[in-house]
Amino acid sequence: MALSGMRGLSVFISDVRNCQNKEQERLRVDKELGNIRTRFKNEKGLTPYEKKKYVWKMLYIYMLGYDVDFGHMEAVSLISAPKYPEKQVGYIVTSCLLNENHDFLRLAINTVRNDIIGRNETFQCLALTMVGNIGGREFAESLAPDVQKLLISSSFRPLVRKKAALCLLRLYRKNPDVVNVDGWSDRMTQLLDERDLGVLTSSMSLLVALVSNYHDAYWSCLPKCVKILERLSRNQDVPQEYTYYGIPSPWLQVKTMRALQYFPTIEDPNTRRSLFEVLQRILMGTDVVKNVNKNNASHAVLFEALALVMHLDAEKEMMSQCVALLGKFIAVREPNIRYLGLENMTRMLMVTDVQDIIKRHQAQIITSLKDPDISIRRRALDLLYGMCDVSNAKDIVEELLQYLSTADFAMREELSLKAAILAEKFAPDLSWYVDVILQLIDKAGDFVSDDIWFRVVQFVTNNEDLQPYAAVKAREYLDKPAIHETMVKVSAYILGEYGHFLAQRTGCSPKELFSIIHEKLPTVSTSTIPILLSTYAKILMHSQPPDPDLQNQIWAIFSKYESCIDIEIQQRAVEYFALSRKGAALMDILAEMPKFPERQSALIKKAEDNEVDTAEQSAIKLRTQQQQNSNALVVADPQPANGTPPVGQLGLVKVPSMTSTADLKPVDQGLTQANGTMTKVDPYPPDSSADLLGDLLGPLALEGPPSTAAQLEQNYVPGIDGVPSTADALALAPVEEPANSVQPIGNIAERFHALCLKDSGVLYEDPHIQIGIKAEWRAHHGRLVLFLGNKNTSPLVSVQAIILPPSHLKMELSLVPETIPPRAQVQCPLEVVNLRPSRDVAVLDFSYKFGHAAVNVKLRLPAVLNKFLQPIPVSAEEFFPQWKSLSGPPLKLQEVVRGVKPLSLPEMANFFTTLRLMVCPGLDPNQNNLVASTTFYSEATRAMLCLIRIETDPADRTQLRMTIATGDPTLTFELKEFLKEHLISVPTAPRAPAPPPVSQPTPPPATLNDPGAILAGLL
Amino acid sequence: VLSASFIYIAALLRTSLVKMIHFVLLISRQGKVRLTKWYSPYSQKERSKVIRELSGVILARGPKLCNFVEWRGYKVVYKRYASLYFCMCVDQEDNELEVLEMIHHYVEILDRYFGSVCELDLIFNFHKAYYILDELLLAGELQESSKKTVARLIAAQDSLVETAKEQANSISNMIAQATK
Repeated sequence: MALSGMRGLSVFISDVRNCQNKEQERLRVDKELGNIRTRFKNEKGLTPYEKKKYVWKMLYIYMLGYDVDFGHMEAVSLISAPKYPEKQVGYIVTSCLLNENHDFLRLAINTVRNDIIGRNETFQCLALTMVGNIGGREFAESLAPDVQKLLISSSFRPLVRKKAALCLLRLYRKNPDVVNVDGWSDRMTQLLDERDLGVLTSSMSLLVALVSNYHDAYWSCLPKCVKILERLSRNQDVPQEYTYYGIPSPWLQVKTMRALQYFPTIEDPNTRRSLFEVLQRILMGTDVVKNVNKNNASHAVLFEALALVMHLDAEKEMMSQCVALLGKFIAVREPNIRYLGLENMTRMLMVTDVQDIIKRHQAQIITSLKDPDISIRRRALDLLYGMCDVSNAKDIVEELLQYLSTADFAMREELSLKAAILAEKFAPDLSWYVDVILQLIDKAGDFVSDDIWFRVVQFVTNNEDLQPYAAVKAREYLDKPAIHETMVKVSAYILGEYGHFLAQRTGCSPKELFSIIHEKLPTVSTSTIPILLSTYAKILMHSQPPDPDLQNQIWAIFSKYESCIDIEIQQRAVEYFALSRKGAALMDILAEMPKFPERQSALIKKAEDNEVDTAEQSAIKLRTQQQQNSNALVVADPQPANGTPPVGQLGLVKVPSMTSTADLKPVDQGLTQANGTMTKVDPYPPDSSADLLGDLLGPLALEGPPSTAAQLEQNYVPGIDGVPSTADALALAPVEEPANSVQPIGNIAERFHALCLKDSGVLYEDPHIQIGIKAEWRAHHGRLVLFLGNKNTSPLVSVQAIILPPSHLKMELSLVPETIPPRAQVQCPLEVVNLRPSRDVAVLDFSYKFGHAAVNVKLRLPAVLNKFLQPIPVSAEEFFPQWKSLSGPPLKLQEVVRGVKPLSLPEMANFFTTLRLMVCPGLDPNQNNLVASTTFYSEATRAMLCLIRIETDPADRTQLRMTIATGDPTLTFELKEFLKEHLISVPTAPRAPAPPPVSQPTPPPATLNDPGAILAGLL
Repeated sequence: VLSASFIYIAALLRTSLVKMIHFVLLISRQGKVRLTKWYSPYSQKERSKVIRELSGVILARGPKLCNFVEWRGYKVVYKRYASLYFCMCVDQEDNELEVLEMIHHYVEILDRYFGSVCELDLIFNFHKAYYILDELLLAGELQESSKKTVARLIAAQDSLVETAKEQANSISNMIAQATK
């Protein structure tokens, strides 16, 4: 055996090994460090051999875990030694002791550079190795060109060039500009022709780093990579020494496939075909063999091939093949393969169309959750989490709960968080959700964060149906001998609020509830006591007739805590004590907590950002809707425009939900009035009407004659007289007819309808001016830009643009100049915020003067309901539970619509798409029907899923039955009416002859003051 | 709480750009460090912490488990050879089996060099283990996959050192002769 050849070093190592205990070892090491320090002080007396020996000792001591805070300088100085043995030690020890941030390294840059550009091959190798391992930014800046030269010049031997390739990779990681030189990508392409597999392997690593950052420059490398892969997989021209257990360099194969994964796609059909042939061969030709190393190496290649197949989005057949392979892997005995099978199956979830095949393996995956190996259990947990959806949530979450009792502590937190998220996202019913969270708290209370129990309280508070159930459950848990403090908090809170629902049950009288909760008080921390005090106060209030005995007990507790050092406890004790003596007043103040305004959870927010994959997203949306659905009657947002917020929304006093809606109605009317609408000509203000319909007159909307509402509206169609002959009087309402001598060009109504379906175009045009519009919509926000173009050679003066917004839109128009210069175009941005669902239309009151002509037009603005829609695909699994849960009015409305413009089904589907509704084919078994989904955005509803079903009659295309379901009654109604309007008057070109004009009552003179507002209110 | 789940989802997507070996560790069954090589910058303090934590995790693992451990968002691929654990820390997205066979490749080269290598060889010749590793890995990437080539390069280095020693000896002999 080639021994170190340094006796002193061997002796020292033996000494250390012979130490009996840690203390002795420390003494021996300290002695040695003292010795080295003295010797280094007098450096001149040191021979190169001694220097080398001491530096090695230092590294050894460092490896043992002792601090070595001197001697770095000596190690670095060895780098500049003239002879190989010293230089070698200097380079290696330096790169072990120091990292790139170390100042001493800077001292070596010059020496290192001289070694790199020098002619001594062995020195070059040493220098490249050190820079490759610990080189930092400064090295990158000063050495990159030299390293590049070594790599691309064929006059250097492979041993130098392969190091140069990886050294360059290091420098590139530190500073990506180092390859920012002209023609580097060509050089890279040439490097892939390299015959030496060592150089090729290193170059491939470099390529992976380059393409992972910026693949665009390296397209020409792609076919070369495929060639290399072909050559390796066929074992053509691969030297024996580069095969590993008979497999042609598995590492190079893996690297090459890695590089290919950074190109977004492979366009050239020949290259693609060759690659798929190779991949197919790998997928099908990898057998399990006895030899472990051969097996590992071939499976390393196989898993990389799987990743590449996923990336390339192969045909479904190949994907299914991959899933089948993975399904086999997760059931084998070999733990590595099992682990990797689970890991890759999780990645596979990102691929569309294979989720269902993966679900078939659910039982096996659940088995892996009980694997003896925590690494495998983690993979199984991740996979179960990823594959969970409404169809299997119950099974998966229940497995997770079961596993929670036996899970390692290291995993419990993650496990509870995941179970809670899944339970919330995919709960088939809310009582199940409550069960899950309570079990979670019971089994892993320490790992359940506050957010989780806050959330369950919110759900219970906002869902009346759930309250008695939750109370029963909470009561049951209190019977358990030792419960977690979080459970005490939740149970106490829930029983304080809803314990009285249980009054008829045995063991649930106020007194009994009190005593079982009070039993826990000695065991809880100060943060829980205030919750208990509130519960006591509420129990006291609910004990009817009053129980003097209970009252005395509770009062005694309050007075005990009146002097508590914790201020929260003290304050509650004092206040509850005082309040509980007031009798009736207590009733008001301690009544049930009002519903929580629906908070937007992070999940939902994410869904709005549209960044999550669709499956995830729609699931979240569904969930959101269920939540909002459950408290649809609560109007959460106080109207900002109104000075007096609705009474007691957030106070302690319970506001019955109907009252709160009623409370708000005057507010709405107030607002409408503020906008100038005369209430007497507007007996049917859309907002309150929708509320009324939704809340009270549901049957009217549903069972009344087909278009009661439409009829109502038609009666109020505000054709402000002027152009009765115009096909669509709704569109243009020029007032003061005599003044309007200027005739519009084109049909204003048609222009408006067109703009309802697209985002830019001309809104209005006459001989003098053209008004163009361009709009962008995002969630409930919109930004329109009005382009006012003067067509004349003289200015337009007295230009005025006033926006008459309906009450559901907040609109802000930037300043419009009074004069538009000749042949000029001015741009006026208009910001829109959608507050609530409504079909009302905003109107632009626009006037200008040109010469003697004064022109005034009122133009509807295309900020209509469908602009706040965003199509979203929904699968059958998501659609049907949702559809069923919205069982009837006011959330689900149905109507037979007659007089529909006849459209074939594909035409109707197209039309829906332009309205931003996503048609979901295949959901409805009946081919004559059409199902669509979309998300509606407004400030009040947030993102809300809307489901639409149209049943057509192939025999009579002029009638259809329409069903709309959303989580908000107003939205359901408005969307139904909106679609109806559009189906009845689908704008097609050329436009059909005008429908018989509706009789247009002359509006009362009062309306002339502000006809625009009436338009806004009624259109 | 809920946002945490999204951090998790993001981690599932193939986003990480740097994929490399961050460090190599050789630890004995007793927890003694036999070799450390760091390809990513860790301070001295961080290095000790990593070693402490990881030897705790890895030495506690029983036999017949898989060779991968998830640790702080990284993956540690390890394999036990007699009394020594060879560990390499890589990124989540790296190919685990490829790394596992890099370890074996290294062990085979050591075995060939020392002739049936044992822990004692690596203790007394730890610097050789470093030389060999430097021919195998560079910048946290595999540099050479031919055992023959690595063996040839190490032999060449050894002979360079030998020659230098002989030269030094002959010079000191000459000086000794001259000053007799």
